[in-house]
Amino acid sequence: MVLIYIDQDNQEIKKASLEAISYGSALAKQLGTSAEGLVLGTVHDDLTTLGKYGASKVHQINNASLNHFDARTNSNVIAEAAKKLGATVLIFAHNINGKAVAPAVSVKLNAGIVTGACQLPNTDTGFVVTKTVFSGKAFASIQIETPIKVISINQNSFGEVVGDGVAVIENLAIDVPTSTLKITSVNKIEGEIPLTEASLVVSGGRGLKGPENWGILLDLAKALGASTACSRPVSDSDWRPHHEHVGQTGIQIAPNLYIAIGISGAIQHLAGVNRSKTIVVINKDPEAPFFKAADYGVIGDAFDVVPALTASILKAKHGA
Amino acid sequence: MKILVCISKTPDTTAKIAFVEGNTKFDETGVQWIINPYDEWYSLVKAIELKEKDPSVIIHLVTVGGADTEPIIRKALALGGDEAIRINNVTNDSLTVAQEISSIAKEGAYDLIFTGKETIDYNSASIGSMLCALLDINFISAATKLDLNGNTISVTREIEGGEEISETNLPAIVSCQKGMAEQRIPNMRGIMAARTKPLKVLEATVTQATTNIKQFSLPPTKSGVKLVDPANMDELVRLLKEEAKVI
Repeated sequence: MVLIYIDQDNQEIKKASLEAISYGSALAKQLGTSAEGLVLGTVHDDLTTLGKYGASKVHQINNASLNHFDARTNSNVIAEAAKKLGATVLIFAHNINGKAVAPAVSVKLNAGIVTGACQLPNTDTGFVVTKTVFSGKAFASIQIETPIKVISINQNSFGEVVGDGVAVIENLAIDVPTSTLKITSVNKIEGEIPLTEASLVVSGGRGLKGPENWGILLDLAKALGASTACSRPVSDSDWRPHHEHVGQTGIQIAPNLYIAIGISGAIQHLAGVNRSKTIVVINKDPEAPFFKAADYGVIGDAFDVVPALTASILKAKHGA
Repeated sequence: MKILVCISKTPDTTAKIAFVEGNTKFDETGVQWIINPYDEWYSLVKAIELKEKDPSVIIHLVTVGGADTEPIIRKALALGGDEAIRINNVTNDSLTVAQEISSIAKEGAYDLIFTGKETIDYNSASIGSMLCALLDINFISAATKLDLNGNTISVTREIEGGEEISETNLPAIVSCQKGMAEQRIPNMRGIMAARTKPLKVLEATVTQATTNIKQFSLPPTKSGVKLVDPANMDELVRLLKEEAKVI
């Protein structure tokens, strides 16, 4: 059985987990077995709807103490659940919490693990999982040698596959150890789509010359309904907050659309964004290396091009 | 107070990524090696900051790798740290690395274990979490801030769309990222001192890998950029809608 860990935040199921279910369900079909979900804690969502993504059952450990994430407690509980349910493959989203628990679970189950997988395993001979390495600059195909396997999948690498199934919910009784981690505060940035979950991203670099010029970028993002990001020099100069920094040492993202404005495209920046489905580069320097990695390019002054693009998007939206 | 800082050797961020021997091995020709940036800039420097506040803090560095990791560990010692341990095991298997480190960690009875958020070569982000299971102590990942108060740490970690602050008693494992500390450059005194700091080499104890890399590959090259006239943004919107189908 393929068991998918369903991550929650503030009692709501995370988007990355829906993709993980779709991936786990496709893998279960390939292996001729079932795909089942595992929810820790109490959530507000209707768990039967997880059937749409391919989970035939959802096992829920109905214990409110699990609503706060603790890597040590959660990994203990997930490993116990996997043993009890007889899972042979475990799937996690490669998001913040998935990264924190999947390797610990693999240790407890004596399972080989591949983190950051980007496609379904090849199970023709053995069990070979392909993952991104060198921050997205290459792939490695890795054979898992153990009977139980653990995989975490890169966000936006497989996509959500929506059908019309309905999942059966089953309560799972597992002893939950008392967490010794105390969460003292949570600060959310209101109304913002987390960058790693965004399907559209507009990003700015030094070419915008200063934080006071960010208005044109924010207008474009608003017109598109996109999240905003920036290059490392921009966050290092405090023009934009650190959490917007995408690149090799910042956040790695894989949105459907990445629009880079005034970013030259240093190799470290490309490493953070080159898994984007479509890349648009706006730069006045025709020699900017980013154009080599782009699908669409506009050679022009951002201060003219960006407002014009925003106007065209609004026009297309309103059908004028 | 004893801190163990896990150090990994990685290719420089600008290194050309290529493979040899039928795409089974990373091409090391001309590659400059560095301390994994997350290990150096954030976890090691944070440990040094804690020692600067309280000189009784002892910092040990640990790396798992061959003799070719020694220049990296000497550089780390030049930044700070009292002594280093190299476990002579050349492997790409995260569990092997974590098991080797866990036996050092058990023996050394460390209060705090720092790792980087991930390495920039294999991007596994696994060692901290594996140590959590192997040592059965608390683990906080993707940390951007840490305050030490006696036997308790308060740690800020990144979560999707914000941050979370939590507290735990020591011992604990923390994986560090941007925000934790600022990059430093070793000074001459540090470089001189590093030459005589102890670097202990231990033989490998873990031999059974749970995973094996079969093959590397490079992403397909883009078919080439399609240039759009800057005066015709309607055309770009049309392409994004009808050709790329992303908006």
